[in-house]
Amino acid sequence: MEHATQILIALNKITAAYNGKVVLENVNLTVRSNDFIGIIGPNGGGKTTLVKVILGLLKPLRGKVHYKGDPDPGKISIGYLPQIHKIDYKFPITVWDTVLSGLISDKRLVGNFPKENQNKAANLMAELGIGTLSNKPVGELSGGQLQRVFLCRAIISNPDILILDEPNTYVDNKFEGELYETLRKLNDRMAILIVSHDVGMISAYVKTIACVNRELHYHESNIISQEQLLAYNCPIQLITHGDVPHTVLHKHEH
Amino acid sequence: MLELLQYSFFQNAILAAIFTGVTCGIAGTYIVSKRIVFISGGITHTSFGGIGIGYFLGINPLIGAAVFSLLSALGIEYMSKKSEIREDSAIAIMWSFGMAIGIIFIYLTPGYAPNLMSYLFGSILTVSQTEIILIAVLSFIISMFFIIFYKPILYITFDPEFAKTRNLPVDTFNYLLISIIALTIVLSIKVSGIILIISLLTLPQTTAGIFVKNFKSILLISVIIAVTGTIGGLFFAYAMDIPSGAAIIFLLVLLYLAGRGIKLLKL
Ligand SMILES: Nc1ncnc2c1ncn2[C@@H]1O[C@H](COP(=O)(O)OP(=O)(O)OP(=O)(O)O)[C@@H](O)[C@H]1O
Ligand SMILES: [Mg+2]
Repeated sequence: MEHATQILIALNKITAAYNGKVVLENVNLTVRSNDFIGIIGPNGGGKTTLVKVILGLLKPLRGKVHYKGDPDPGKISIGYLPQIHKIDYKFPITVWDTVLSGLISDKRLVGNFPKENQNKAANLMAELGIGTLSNKPVGELSGGQLQRVFLCRAIISNPDILILDEPNTYVDNKFEGELYETLRKLNDRMAILIVSHDVGMISAYVKTIACVNRELHYHESNIISQEQLLAYNCPIQLITHGDVPHTVLHKHEH
Repeated sequence: MLELLQYSFFQNAILAAIFTGVTCGIAGTYIVSKRIVFISGGITHTSFGGIGIGYFLGINPLIGAAVFSLLSALGIEYMSKKSEIREDSAIAIMWSFGMAIGIIFIYLTPGYAPNLMSYLFGSILTVSQTEIILIAVLSFIISMFFIIFYKPILYITFDPEFAKTRNLPVDTFNYLLISIIALTIVLSIKVSGIILIISLLTLPQTTAGIFVKNFKSILLISVIIAVTGTIGGLFFAYAMDIPSGAAIIFLLVLLYLAGRGIKLLKL
């Protein structure tokens, strides 16, 4: 079922700063409803900052963000999986409550979640292999389990776009593979923006790549070479899995 | 000791103990979970400045304390959004500045400052009728607020950025909650004393945290422990003729140690 693609988010000449110190400059990016974009870049390059601008958590110094043509972020629904170290996982909250928090909204602040929401949460958790962890406090989970919980929380509302900030930290190879397969399926019904360090791994799944290091260079394919990264002022080392050095090729696993 | 219950001053003290226990049990769970113990300590001690000014002006010192604690609470909340200030140093400055103002004005007040010790160490038997009504109203408000808005409070406190992406009114909640904390602190001053309030806001939660690890259970168990501590402390303070704040905290520490002991034996 192919829909006509629609522009969900448009960043227009965004400059973002913390306390006057510019960390993103003149960034343009368009996200369409069927996109699967990998965002790569060095530590401190501004990837998380870009995500915050998109989410409306950080007001840009200059430039405009539009959501389906409107400056109000409420015009689209965004699922967000934050970079994991930002979370206080000693907080006394259970897995179940965390997952359900993905369904709360300003329109439904009070009262219990309806039964259908609870069923949805249970099914989704079972699907992602955390069905038995419901009553555990998040502080007692492994890093990989925690990532699954946050993935559940991010996608339970069926958002228009899913934004993941380094979901592959603390995760074993098995879950990483499963995660990308899950994302590929989700991409049939939502746009995906994933921040990652492991260029080699994500390039097998993403459709396009954005290199962020103060500036943003958009790369219209998922194949990128070390030379291109340098040209994009994006000094990260490609981890090549194949026999072609300095290049990451689109590899399918089936 | 039961005949004590016939005296109205003692009945008042029991009501004060119950309502203070409920408010501190709830407010403390928020404080401990959100890791704003230091901020709460700052608000508490800043309010001493208001007590000093209250003495100087000849009004109820708690009114001065309320103004100081509300202003400092809202100031800290506002400041925490401007990341250029080192928050902990700023709070430490406020903390000691409040104490300094309090001491200066108490010394400038002609004559003797009655009840000063009760503000510092707590004196549950001197809580007035009006103050009890205020504590009762506050414990009703805080209970209703946490019952009705349980979900948004939990989600906003756990992960405010995610809550913002769900369009929750995060800032509004944070301002309301810190104001409730400030009022809780002011209205607990007479019961536990400025020096010891912070323990009343953290010990029950720490004890509850030994056994349970989710917000709702910690809320409930903390309220029970806090009320046990304040009522027990009231009898203890009366029997020994010591400040109620010290008596309450002493009991709460015993409860904490008992909790640790039980946990150890079970494992
Ligand atoms: N809250 C903040 N206050 C001040 N400076 C910040 C803040 N957050 C980030 N920065 C600075 O902005 C720059 C970009 O940070 P950002 O977190 O966006 O990088 P990143 O690409 O996500 O890095 P990483 O790969 O380590 O996650 C860094 O130099 C960082 O020091
Ligand atoms: Mg980052």
